[in-house]
Amino acid sequence: MAEIVGGKPVKPAPFAYAKARSVEHAIELTGRDSEARILAGGQSLIATLNMRLSRPTLLVDINDVPGLDGIAIKDGMVEIGALVRHAQAGRSETIARHAPLVAAAIPQIGHPAIRNRGTIGGSIAFADPAAELPACLLALGGEVVIAGARAERTVAADDFFTGLFETALGAGDVLKAIRVPSASAAARFGFAELARRHGDYALVGLAATARTDGGGLAGVRLAYFGVGATPLRARKAEAALARNALDDAVAALADDLDPPDDVQETGAVKRHLAGVLLRRVAKQLMEGRP
Amino acid sequence: MSAPIHDITLTVNGETVAEAVEPRTTLVDFLREALGLTGSHVGCEHGVCGACTVRIDGVIVRGCLTLAVQCDGKQIDTIEGLSDSGELADLQAAFEKRNALQCGFCTPGMLLTAQELLAAGGVPSRDTIRAHISGNYCRCTGYHAIVDAIESVAQARAGTG
Repeated sequence: MAEIVGGKPVKPAPFAYAKARSVEHAIELTGRDSEARILAGGQSLIATLNMRLSRPTLLVDINDVPGLDGIAIKDGMVEIGALVRHAQAGRSETIARHAPLVAAAIPQIGHPAIRNRGTIGGSIAFADPAAELPACLLALGGEVVIAGARAERTVAADDFFTGLFETALGAGDVLKAIRVPSASAAARFGFAELARRHGDYALVGLAATARTDGGGLAGVRLAYFGVGATPLRARKAEAALARNALDDAVAALADDLDPPDDVQETGAVKRHLAGVLLRRVAKQLMEGRP
Repeated sequence: MSAPIHDITLTVNGETVAEAVEPRTTLVDFLREALGLTGSHVGCEHGVCGACTVRIDGVIVRGCLTLAVQCDGKQIDTIEGLSDSGELADLQAAFEKRNALQCGFCTPGMLLTAQELLAAGGVPSRDTIRAHISGNYCRCTGYHAIVDAIESVAQARAGTG
Protein backbone atom coordinates (compact mmCIF):
# COMPACT_ATOMS: atom_id res chain seq x y z
CA MET A 1 0.00 0.00 0.00
CA ALA A 2 1.12 3.54 -0.69
CA GLU A 3 3.33 5.26 1.85
CA ILE A 4 3.02 8.61 0.17
CA VAL A 5 -0.23 9.73 -1.41
CA GLY A 6 -0.31 13.09 -3.10
CA GLY A 7 2.88 14.11 -1.33
CA LYS A 8 1.40 13.55 2.15
CA PRO A 9 1.74 10.24 4.01
CA VAL A 10 -1.68 8.82 4.92
CA LYS A 11 -0.73 5.42 6.29
CA PRO A 12 1.09 4.69 9.52
CA ALA A 13 4.86 4.45 9.59
CA PRO A 14 6.08 0.92 10.35
CA PHE A 15 6.07 -0.30 13.93
CA ALA A 16 6.35 -3.56 15.81
CA TYR A 17 3.42 -5.03 17.74
CA ALA A 18 3.17 -7.11 20.88
CA LYS A 19 0.17 -8.37 22.83
CA ALA A 20 0.39 -8.03 26.62
CA ARG A 21 -0.93 -10.91 28.70
CA SER A 22 -1.02 -8.98 31.96
CA VAL A 23 -0.27 -5.56 33.41
CA GLU A 24 3.18 -6.77 34.47
CA HIS A 25 3.82 -8.10 30.97
CA ALA A 26 2.75 -4.74 29.49
CA ILE A 27 5.18 -2.94 31.80
CA GLU A 28 7.95 -5.33 30.78
CA LEU A 29 7.21 -4.92 27.06
CA THR A 30 7.08 -1.12 27.16
CA GLY A 31 10.25 -1.13 29.22
CA ARG A 32 12.12 -2.69 26.31
CA ASP A 33 11.49 0.24 23.94
CA SER A 34 11.59 3.89 24.89
CA GLU A 35 9.32 4.73 21.96
CA ALA A 36 6.68 2.17 22.78
CA ARG A 37 3.05 3.23 23.15
CA ILE A 38 0.24 1.37 24.83
CA LEU A 39 -2.68 0.45 22.56
CA ALA A 40 -6.09 0.20 24.22
CA GLY A 41 -9.12 1.32 22.19
CA GLY A 42 -6.87 3.05 19.69
CA GLN A 43 -9.54 5.56 18.73
CA SER A 44 -7.18 8.47 19.32
CA LEU A 45 -3.82 6.73 19.00
CA ILE A 46 -4.40 5.02 15.65
CA ALA A 47 -5.76 8.27 14.19
CA THR A 48 -2.47 9.94 15.10
CA LEU A 49 -0.55 7.04 13.56
CA ASN A 50 -2.58 7.27 10.35
CA MET A 51 -1.67 10.92 10.02
CA ARG A 52 1.92 10.29 11.12
CA LEU A 53 1.56 12.74 14.00
CA SER A 54 3.04 9.97 16.10
CA ARG A 55 5.64 7.34 15.15
CA PRO A 56 6.05 4.82 17.96
CA THR A 57 8.39 1.94 17.17
CA LEU A 58 6.34 -0.55 19.21
CA LEU A 59 2.66 -0.84 20.11
CA VAL A 60 1.86 -2.86 23.21
CA ASP A 61 -1.73 -4.05 22.89
CA ILE A 62 -3.40 -4.37 26.32
CA ASN A 63 -6.88 -5.30 25.08
CA ASP A 64 -6.53 -8.89 26.26
CA VAL A 65 -5.24 -8.04 29.74
CA PRO A 66 -7.76 -9.46 32.21
CA GLY A 67 -9.18 -7.61 35.15
CA LEU A 68 -9.19 -4.08 33.76
CA ASP A 69 -12.80 -3.83 32.61
CA GLY A 70 -14.71 -3.78 35.88
CA ILE A 71 -17.05 -1.13 37.25
CA ALA A 72 -17.53 -1.34 41.01
CA ILE A 73 -18.18 0.68 44.15
CA LYS A 74 -15.30 0.42 46.61
CA ASP A 75 -15.06 2.48 49.80
CA GLY A 76 -17.43 5.17 48.59
CA MET A 77 -15.66 5.50 45.25
CA VAL A 78 -16.76 4.33 41.83
CA GLU A 79 -13.81 2.45 40.38
CA ILE A 80 -13.81 2.18 36.58
CA GLY A 81 -11.24 -0.11 34.99
CA ALA A 82 -9.02 1.29 32.25
CA LEU A 83 -10.40 -1.05 29.58
CA VAL A 84 -14.06 -0.21 30.20
CA ARG A 85 -15.34 0.81 26.76
CA HIS A 86 -17.24 4.09 26.55
CA ALA A 87 -20.27 2.14 25.32
CA GLN A 88 -20.07 -0.16 28.31
CA ALA A 89 -19.84 2.82 30.67
CA GLY A 90 -22.82 4.39 28.93
CA ARG A 91 -24.92 1.31 29.65
CA SER A 92 -23.76 0.94 33.25
CA GLU A 93 -26.40 1.25 35.96
CA THR A 94 -23.67 1.80 38.54
CA ILE A 95 -22.26 4.77 36.67
CA ALA A 96 -25.72 6.19 35.94
CA ARG A 97 -26.61 6.11 39.60
CA HIS A 98 -23.30 6.82 41.33
CA ALA A 99 -21.33 8.87 38.77
CA PRO A 100 -24.05 10.67 36.80
CA LEU A 101 -21.60 13.30 35.49
CA VAL A 102 -19.73 10.57 33.64
CA ALA A 103 -23.02 9.15 32.35
CA ALA A 104 -23.93 12.61 31.03
CA ALA A 105 -20.60 13.00 29.24
CA ILE A 106 -20.42 9.59 27.52
CA PRO A 107 -22.96 10.30 24.74
CA GLN A 108 -20.86 13.32 23.74
CA ILE A 109 -17.80 11.22 23.08
CA GLY A 110 -17.38 10.70 19.35
CA HIS A 111 -19.92 8.39 17.76
CA PRO A 112 -21.32 4.93 18.48
CA ALA A 113 -18.57 3.09 16.58
CA ILE A 114 -15.93 5.09 18.45
CA ARG A 115 -17.60 4.37 21.78
CA ASN A 116 -17.65 0.64 21.08
CA ARG A 117 -13.82 0.58 21.07
CA GLY A 118 -12.61 3.67 22.90
CA THR A 119 -11.82 3.17 26.57
CA ILE A 120 -12.15 5.25 29.73
CA GLY A 121 -8.50 4.69 30.57
CA GLY A 122 -7.38 5.58 27.09
CA SER A 123 -9.28 8.86 27.14
CA ILE A 124 -7.71 9.83 30.47
CA ALA A 125 -4.22 8.71 29.47
CA PHE A 126 -4.32 10.36 26.03
CA ALA A 127 -5.50 13.59 27.69
CA ASP A 128 -6.76 15.40 24.64
CA PRO A 129 -7.45 18.95 25.84
CA ALA A 130 -10.87 18.93 24.14
CA ALA A 131 -11.94 15.57 25.52
CA GLU A 132 -14.82 15.17 27.96
CA LEU A 133 -13.63 12.56 30.43
CA PRO A 134 -10.45 14.29 31.66
CA ALA A 135 -12.60 17.30 32.58
CA CYS A 136 -15.13 15.04 34.31
CA LEU A 137 -12.35 13.44 36.35
CA LEU A 138 -11.12 16.90 37.34
CA ALA A 139 -14.61 18.15 38.21
CA LEU A 140 -15.23 15.11 40.38
CA GLY A 141 -11.89 15.38 42.14
CA GLY A 142 -11.19 11.80 41.18
CA GLU A 143 -7.95 9.88 41.05
CA VAL A 144 -5.97 7.70 38.67
CA VAL A 145 -4.57 4.30 39.66
CA ILE A 146 -1.23 3.64 37.98
CA ALA A 147 0.88 0.50 37.82
CA GLY A 148 4.51 0.78 36.90
CA ALA A 149 7.93 -0.62 37.58
CA ARG A 150 7.58 0.90 41.06
CA ALA A 151 4.71 0.12 43.43
CA GLU A 152 1.17 0.90 42.34
CA ARG A 153 0.36 4.56 42.99
CA THR A 154 -2.63 6.87 42.93
CA VAL A 155 -2.51 10.38 41.49
CA ALA A 156 -5.22 12.96 42.18
CA ALA A 157 -6.95 14.50 39.18
CA ASP A 158 -5.68 17.98 40.11
CA ASP A 159 -2.12 16.65 39.72
CA PHE A 160 -2.60 14.26 36.80
CA PHE A 161 -2.87 16.49 33.70
CA THR A 162 0.49 18.23 33.37
CA GLY A 163 0.63 19.62 29.85
CA LEU A 164 -0.54 19.22 26.28
CA PHE A 165 -1.11 15.44 25.90
CA GLU A 166 1.11 15.04 28.99
CA THR A 167 0.12 13.37 32.21
CA ALA A 168 1.63 11.93 35.34
CA LEU A 169 2.06 8.67 33.42
CA GLY A 170 5.73 8.03 32.78
CA ALA A 171 7.58 5.53 30.65
CA GLY A 172 6.66 2.00 31.70
CA ASP A 173 3.46 3.10 33.50
CA VAL A 174 0.08 1.53 32.81
CA LEU A 175 -3.14 3.29 33.81
CA LYS A 176 -5.19 0.62 35.57
CA ALA A 177 -8.34 2.42 36.69
CA ILE A 178 -9.89 5.72 37.63
CA ARG A 179 -11.84 6.35 40.79
CA VAL A 180 -14.40 9.05 41.39
CA PRO A 181 -16.37 9.80 44.55
CA SER A 182 -19.73 8.08 44.58
CA ALA A 183 -22.46 10.72 44.33
CA SER A 184 -24.02 11.54 47.70
CA ALA A 185 -27.57 12.76 48.18
CA ALA A 186 -26.31 16.35 48.29
CA ALA A 187 -24.17 15.97 45.16
CA ARG A 188 -25.01 18.04 42.12
CA PHE A 189 -23.46 17.97 38.68
CA GLY A 190 -23.63 19.87 35.46
CA PHE A 191 -22.32 19.22 31.97
CA ALA A 192 -22.47 21.24 28.78
CA GLU A 193 -20.46 21.14 25.59
CA LEU A 194 -20.50 23.17 22.38
CA ALA A 195 -19.33 21.50 19.20
CA ARG A 196 -20.01 22.28 15.57
CA ARG A 197 -21.27 18.79 14.85
CA HIS A 198 -22.52 16.16 17.23
CA GLY A 199 -19.58 14.09 18.33
CA ASP A 200 -16.88 16.59 17.38
CA TYR A 201 -14.23 17.53 19.89
CA ALA A 202 -15.55 20.44 21.94
CA LEU A 203 -15.09 24.06 20.99
CA VAL A 204 -15.59 24.63 24.70
CA GLY A 205 -16.97 22.32 27.35
CA LEU A 206 -17.69 22.45 31.06
CA ALA A 207 -17.99 19.63 33.58
CA ALA A 208 -19.02 20.73 37.06
CA THR A 209 -19.80 19.32 40.48
CA ALA A 210 -20.97 20.84 43.75
CA ARG A 211 -22.86 20.01 46.93
CA THR A 212 -26.08 21.62 47.99
CA ASP A 213 -25.54 23.53 51.24
CA GLY A 214 -28.55 25.26 52.74
CA GLY A 215 -30.01 27.14 49.80
CA GLY A 216 -26.74 27.44 47.95
CA LEU A 217 -23.76 25.50 46.66
CA ALA A 218 -20.54 24.44 48.32
CA GLY A 219 -17.47 22.63 47.07
CA VAL A 220 -17.97 23.95 43.54
CA ARG A 221 -15.56 22.48 41.00
CA LEU A 222 -15.70 23.86 37.46
CA ALA A 223 -13.55 21.98 34.93
CA TYR A 224 -13.41 23.51 31.47
CA PHE A 225 -12.14 21.62 28.43
CA GLY A 226 -11.17 22.88 25.01
CA VAL A 227 -9.71 26.06 26.50
CA GLY A 228 -6.08 25.22 27.03
CA ALA A 229 -3.46 22.50 27.07
CA THR A 230 -5.27 20.58 29.81
CA PRO A 231 -8.70 20.65 31.43
CA LEU A 232 -8.71 23.72 33.68
CA ARG A 233 -10.37 24.62 36.97
CA ALA A 234 -11.96 28.07 36.92
CA ARG A 235 -11.24 28.82 40.59
CA LYS A 236 -12.37 32.44 40.83
CA ALA A 237 -15.62 31.53 39.10
CA GLU A 238 -16.01 28.62 41.53
CA ALA A 239 -15.72 30.98 44.50
CA ALA A 240 -18.23 33.38 43.01
CA LEU A 241 -20.73 30.60 42.35
CA ALA A 242 -20.39 29.42 45.92
CA ARG A 243 -21.47 32.99 46.91
CA ASN A 244 -24.41 32.59 44.50
CA ALA A 245 -22.99 35.45 42.37
CA LEU A 246 -23.47 34.12 38.84
CA ASP A 247 -22.68 37.37 37.01
CA ASP A 248 -19.47 37.72 39.05
CA ALA A 249 -18.63 34.12 38.18
CA VAL A 250 -19.01 34.78 34.46
CA ALA A 251 -16.90 37.93 34.77
CA ALA A 252 -14.27 36.00 36.73
CA LEU A 253 -13.71 33.72 33.74
CA ALA A 254 -11.70 36.52 32.16
CA ASP A 255 -9.14 35.94 34.94
CA ASP A 256 -9.51 32.17 35.14
CA LEU A 257 -9.26 31.36 31.44
CA ASP A 258 -7.04 32.60 28.65
CA PRO A 259 -7.80 30.23 25.81
CA PRO A 260 -5.37 30.36 22.92
CA ASP A 261 -6.68 30.55 19.37
CA ASP A 262 -6.86 27.11 17.80
CA VAL A 263 -7.95 25.52 14.53
CA GLN A 264 -11.57 25.72 15.60
CA GLU A 265 -12.00 29.16 17.15
CA THR A 266 -10.30 32.26 18.50
CA GLY A 267 -9.56 32.60 22.19
CA ALA A 268 -12.04 35.48 22.43
CA VAL A 269 -14.89 33.36 21.09
CA LYS A 270 -13.95 30.52 23.42
CA ARG A 271 -13.91 32.85 26.42
CA HIS A 272 -17.34 34.15 25.48
CA LEU A 273 -18.69 30.63 25.02
CA ALA A 274 -17.21 29.63 28.37
CA GLY A 275 -19.49 32.23 29.96
CA VAL A 276 -22.48 30.94 28.02
CA LEU A 277 -21.80 27.43 29.28
CA LEU A 278 -21.31 28.63 32.84
CA ARG A 279 -24.82 30.09 32.91
CA ARG A 280 -26.28 26.82 31.59
CA VAL A 281 -24.30 24.65 33.98
CA ALA A 282 -24.98 26.88 37.00
CA LYS A 283 -28.68 26.34 36.34
CA GLN A 284 -28.12 22.55 36.22
CA LEU A 285 -26.21 22.66 39.51
CA MET A 286 -28.90 24.69 41.24
CA GLU A 287 -31.81 22.70 39.88
CA GLY A 288 -30.30 19.33 40.60
CA ARG A 289 -30.66 17.86 37.14
CA PRO A 290 -29.22 18.78 33.72
CA MET B 1 12.84 0.07 9.55
CA SER B 2 11.15 -3.24 8.88
CA ALA B 3 8.71 -4.76 11.31
CA PRO B 4 7.95 -8.46 11.73
CA ILE B 5 4.97 -9.91 9.89
CA HIS B 6 2.27 -11.43 12.07
CA ASP B 7 0.12 -14.40 11.14
CA ILE B 8 -3.53 -13.88 11.92
CA THR B 9 -6.50 -16.21 11.67
CA LEU B 10 -9.95 -14.70 11.79
CA THR B 11 -13.49 -15.24 10.60
CA VAL B 12 -14.68 -12.85 7.91
CA ASN B 13 -18.32 -13.07 6.89
CA GLY B 14 -18.44 -16.57 8.28
CA GLU B 15 -15.34 -17.88 6.53
CA THR B 16 -12.02 -18.64 8.20
CA VAL B 17 -9.21 -16.54 6.81
CA ALA B 18 -5.49 -16.98 7.50
CA GLU B 19 -3.16 -14.23 6.37
CA ALA B 20 0.14 -12.57 7.22
CA VAL B 21 0.01 -8.84 7.95
CA GLU B 22 2.27 -5.97 8.84
CA PRO B 23 1.25 -4.51 12.21
CA ARG B 24 0.55 -1.12 10.65
CA THR B 25 -2.09 -2.44 8.26
CA THR B 26 -5.52 -1.19 9.28
CA LEU B 27 -8.45 -3.59 9.28
CA VAL B 28 -10.23 -1.76 6.46
CA ASP B 29 -7.14 -1.82 4.24
CA PHE B 30 -6.69 -5.51 5.03
CA LEU B 31 -10.29 -6.28 4.09
CA ARG B 32 -10.08 -4.30 0.89
CA GLU B 33 -6.62 -5.22 -0.35
CA ALA B 34 -5.86 -8.67 1.05
CA LEU B 35 -9.38 -10.04 0.83
CA GLY B 36 -10.87 -7.99 -2.01
CA LEU B 37 -13.83 -6.92 0.14
CA THR B 38 -14.10 -3.42 -1.24
CA GLY B 39 -17.60 -2.72 0.07
CA SER B 40 -16.08 -1.06 3.12
CA HIS B 41 -14.66 2.30 2.10
CA VAL B 42 -11.73 4.44 3.16
CA GLY B 43 -12.59 8.10 3.69
CA CYS B 44 -11.02 10.25 6.35
CA GLU B 45 -8.70 7.66 7.94
CA HIS B 46 -9.16 9.21 11.36
CA GLY B 47 -12.49 7.90 12.48
CA VAL B 48 -14.95 10.68 11.83
CA CYS B 49 -16.59 9.90 8.48
CA GLY B 50 -17.83 6.35 9.09
CA ALA B 51 -17.22 5.05 5.56
CA CYS B 52 -15.03 2.28 6.97
CA THR B 53 -17.57 1.00 9.50
CA VAL B 54 -17.52 -2.79 9.91
CA ARG B 55 -18.51 -5.19 12.69
CA ILE B 56 -16.09 -6.93 15.05
CA ASP B 57 -17.61 -9.60 17.29
CA GLY B 58 -21.06 -8.18 16.71
CA VAL B 59 -20.46 -4.46 17.33
CA ILE B 60 -19.75 -1.70 14.84
CA VAL B 61 -16.27 -0.21 14.81
CA ARG B 62 -14.09 1.99 12.62
CA GLY B 63 -12.09 -0.16 10.26
CA CYS B 64 -9.55 2.66 9.91
CA LEU B 65 -8.89 2.80 13.65
CA THR B 66 -8.42 -0.93 14.18
CA LEU B 67 -5.29 -2.82 13.15
CA ALA B 68 -5.73 -6.10 11.29
CA VAL B 69 -3.22 -7.66 13.65
CA GLN B 70 -5.59 -6.94 16.55
CA CYS B 71 -8.28 -9.06 14.88
CA ASP B 72 -6.66 -12.45 15.32
CA GLY B 73 -9.36 -14.77 16.57
CA LYS B 74 -12.14 -12.29 15.97
CA GLN B 75 -15.31 -12.42 13.89
CA ILE B 76 -15.63 -9.69 11.28
CA ASP B 77 -18.78 -8.88 9.36
CA THR B 78 -18.67 -6.54 6.38
CA ILE B 79 -21.42 -5.18 4.16
CA GLU B 80 -20.86 -8.05 1.76
CA GLY B 81 -21.67 -10.70 4.35
CA LEU B 82 -24.50 -8.78 6.00
CA SER B 83 -26.06 -8.13 2.64
CA ASP B 84 -25.74 -11.76 1.51
CA SER B 85 -27.25 -13.00 4.77
CA GLY B 86 -30.33 -10.87 4.29
CA GLU B 87 -29.92 -9.20 7.67
CA LEU B 88 -30.03 -5.76 6.07
CA ALA B 89 -32.64 -6.50 3.41
CA ASP B 90 -35.39 -4.28 4.78
CA LEU B 91 -32.98 -1.39 5.35
CA GLN B 92 -31.54 -1.78 1.85
CA ALA B 93 -35.01 -1.80 0.32
CA ALA B 94 -36.02 1.29 2.30
CA PHE B 95 -32.83 3.14 1.30
CA GLU B 96 -33.57 2.40 -2.34
CA LYS B 97 -37.25 3.28 -2.09
CA ARG B 98 -36.58 6.62 -0.36
CA ASN B 99 -33.55 7.62 -2.42
CA ALA B 100 -31.32 7.45 0.67
CA LEU B 101 -28.24 6.87 -1.46
CA GLN B 102 -26.79 8.50 -4.57
CA CYS B 103 -23.11 7.69 -5.00
CA GLY B 104 -23.29 4.95 -2.38
CA PHE B 105 -19.94 5.73 -0.73
CA CYS B 106 -21.41 6.24 2.74
CA THR B 107 -24.08 3.59 2.34
CA PRO B 108 -22.39 0.45 3.71
CA GLY B 109 -21.38 2.34 6.84
CA MET B 110 -24.84 3.89 7.14
CA LEU B 111 -26.53 0.51 6.88
CA LEU B 112 -24.35 -1.13 9.51
CA THR B 113 -24.79 1.83 11.84
CA ALA B 114 -28.55 1.95 11.32
CA GLN B 115 -28.82 -1.77 11.94
CA GLU B 116 -27.05 -1.45 15.29
CA LEU B 117 -29.51 1.26 16.35
CA LEU B 118 -32.56 -0.70 15.24
CA ALA B 119 -31.36 -3.97 16.74
CA ALA B 120 -31.90 -2.34 20.14
CA GLY B 121 -35.61 -2.42 19.36
CA GLY B 122 -38.30 0.18 19.55
CA VAL B 123 -38.87 3.14 17.27
CA PRO B 124 -36.19 5.76 17.88
CA SER B 125 -37.10 9.39 17.39
CA ARG B 126 -35.70 11.23 14.39
CA ASP B 127 -33.39 13.11 16.77
CA THR B 128 -32.10 9.82 18.13
CA ILE B 129 -31.58 8.50 14.62
CA ARG B 130 -29.67 11.64 13.70
CA ALA B 131 -27.48 11.41 16.79
CA HIS B 132 -26.74 7.77 16.08
CA ILE B 133 -25.73 8.37 12.44
CA SER B 134 -23.83 11.57 13.25
CA GLY B 135 -20.63 9.64 12.68
CA ASN B 136 -21.54 8.68 9.12
CA TYR B 137 -21.02 11.53 6.69
CA CYS B 138 -23.01 11.71 3.46
CA ARG B 139 -22.04 14.23 0.81
CA CYS B 140 -24.90 13.53 -1.55
CA THR B 141 -28.31 13.17 0.03
CA GLY B 142 -28.56 15.80 2.73
CA TYR B 143 -29.48 13.06 5.22
CA HIS B 144 -33.28 13.58 5.35
CA ALA B 145 -33.97 10.60 3.10
CA ILE B 146 -31.61 8.48 5.16
CA VAL B 147 -33.44 9.39 8.36
CA ASP B 148 -36.76 8.71 6.60
CA ALA B 149 -35.56 5.27 5.51
CA ILE B 150 -34.29 4.29 8.94
CA GLU B 151 -37.43 5.56 10.65
CA SER B 152 -39.67 3.67 8.24
CA VAL B 153 -37.81 0.42 8.89
CA ALA B 154 -38.01 0.95 12.65
CA GLN B 155 -41.74 1.41 12.37
CA ALA B 156 -42.16 -1.60 10.12
CA ARG B 157 -40.14 -3.84 12.42
CA ALA B 158 -42.18 -2.64 15.39
CA GLY B 159 -45.37 -3.28 13.47
CA THR B 160 -46.41 0.33 13.69
CA GLY B 161 -45.45 1.48 10.18
